[in-house]
Amino acid sequence: MTSQPPTAIEATGLVKSFGDTRAVCGVDLTVRRGTVYGVLGPNGAGKTTTIRMLATLLRPDAGSARIFGHDIVRDAEQVRELVSLTGQLASVDEDLTGHENLVLLGLLLGLKRAEAKARAIELLAAFGLTEASGKLVKHYSGGMRRRLDIAASIVVTPQLMFLDEPTTGLDPRSRNQVWEIIRTLVAGGTTILLCTQYLEEADQLADRIAVIDRGTVIAEGTPAELKASVGSGALRVRLLDPEQRPDAAHVLERELGASHLEPDPAALSAPCADADRGAEAIAELARTGIRVAGFSLGQPSLDEVFLALTGHPAEEPDDEQAIDLQEERAA
Amino acid sequence: MSTQTTRVPTTPPATEEEAAALRKALASTPRPPRASAHQAALAFGWRGMLKVKHVPEQLLDVTISPVMFVLMFTYLLGGAIEGSTSAYLDYILPGVLVMSILFTTVYSGVALNTDLTKGVVDRFRSLPIWRPAPLVGALLGDTVRYFVGGTVIVVLGLALGFRPDAGIGGVLAAMALVIVFAFGLSWVFTTLGLLLRSPNAVMNAGFMGIFPLTFLSNVFVRPETLPDGLEAFVDVNPVSILATASRGLMQGNADGTDILIVLATAAALTAIFAPLTTRLYRRG
Repeated sequence: MTSQPPTAIEATGLVKSFGDTRAVCGVDLTVRRGTVYGVLGPNGAGKTTTIRMLATLLRPDAGSARIFGHDIVRDAEQVRELVSLTGQLASVDEDLTGHENLVLLGLLLGLKRAEAKARAIELLAAFGLTEASGKLVKHYSGGMRRRLDIAASIVVTPQLMFLDEPTTGLDPRSRNQVWEIIRTLVAGGTTILLCTQYLEEADQLADRIAVIDRGTVIAEGTPAELKASVGSGALRVRLLDPEQRPDAAHVLERELGASHLEPDPAALSAPCADADRGAEAIAELARTGIRVAGFSLGQPSLDEVFLALTGHPAEEPDDEQAIDLQEERAA
Repeated sequence: MSTQTTRVPTTPPATEEEAAALRKALASTPRPPRASAHQAALAFGWRGMLKVKHVPEQLLDVTISPVMFVLMFTYLLGGAIEGSTSAYLDYILPGVLVMSILFTTVYSGVALNTDLTKGVVDRFRSLPIWRPAPLVGALLGDTVRYFVGGTVIVVLGLALGFRPDAGIGGVLAAMALVIVFAFGLSWVFTTLGLLLRSPNAVMNAGFMGIFPLTFLSNVFVRPETLPDGLEAFVDVNPVSILATASRGLMQGNADGTDILIVLATAAALTAIFAPLTTRLYRRG
């Protein structure tokens, strides 16, 4: 392990087209071993195509990439011995049981039948799937399927794991479970390339993030760097009564110069670098009779980063974000 | 970052044992030696068997259909072609065995095409295994289905009065020959399965090929009764040669040349279409 090079992924100028569509147009990535690298972008940005090239499933049209020093085209077999893939479509066999899925992968990875069975039982227990082990995967819930999917990726511990949108479509509880699993994996030394369209997910898990849009990397850095590159900071306010939001927006514009309506109908934000001025703005809201449920002052969210970098929002507002905002309020 | 210091706990905190079990399971395990080619292929064969176990209806095409074929053709054509159903049975039974099993090979392509729409294929393709293993394994699983179908036909034939002169050994040899040929032919349909867009398209194209190939053979009628041009085609049709060889093996008068031609055809089909299928499968 110590003889491995410090760089897990080194990709330069990766290009892939499908017919007339250029899905990936020159992606460069450098991922240090033992870290989580987030690839963040909306649907269709080229994330999955990039992952499929790095996992040796697609041959790049141009450019090259090395996984722990092995070329993804020339040394594809060596690369396959180091990586595992958890695809966007759950990469498990729906027509088999959870136990059978894991035993099958154990056998394919070279375990003896008894070892494969023991490993399957161990993983099912660790991922809370013991009761469901004899059930066909097509009857699993989304969260159970994702956990099995990740378990299938670590039947034999990979050096590098590709996770393609591991929490898309999961409820918050299942999502947090998946996050815990990812954190434990990283603590154990596995490098992870995490594709996500959830800004919060990248912020929570990734050491570095590449923001990808229309097939190219448009920004790269730590979450803090990305936020700092966009602007100073923001005051976020959540109201008790969404009806009062237009009035609150007026007050914030008067006090801080601008305001921005958040996806949550009761929330809004305003640029604010100075805590004192933020406090005054809150006090002014109270004086004009606007009831505030909570507020926070901090760096801009990755949502704002994405908007600033691309000129268009990263995703449609959905329930997920509303939950995020509620959670933020508790901060 | 100050906006995200604490979170509303949406997951009940895991117990210490659960957390420890997770850490232990995730602890780095030494990588076992790479699976050998036959170990990987057998694992995929096992996968095929498990699918049959969970959805036994999949065996309908190798159980009910052959029974139908034997009964239908024996009683429909027997009197007209050979004068009596019992006389015809000796001729048609090896033929129906050939036809039923060759029909089943189309399903290998259909099953592969269905598989491709699922995410699990991406995982298989990213594993460090012998490249043709998923395909060879699936076809090995299919040969078990062929064997089941063949057994059904022979047992039914015996019940109807079919008496092969070469006994059980001859019947098994004939079945083995048909299965080897079917293995070779199924590579054609797996290639088709990777080239066409939907399982239905594979099914239609497959049967468009297999129907003329089986009906324009000596499976049902003696070629001497056919118009000249058709007879010439029927005589060189590998399905005819396979049917003749199977009859010969069951009756104890097989022609070695026929058997060799069948084996060579199966080998040629495999040599051409197995690498083609493997390349298409890897390309994704």
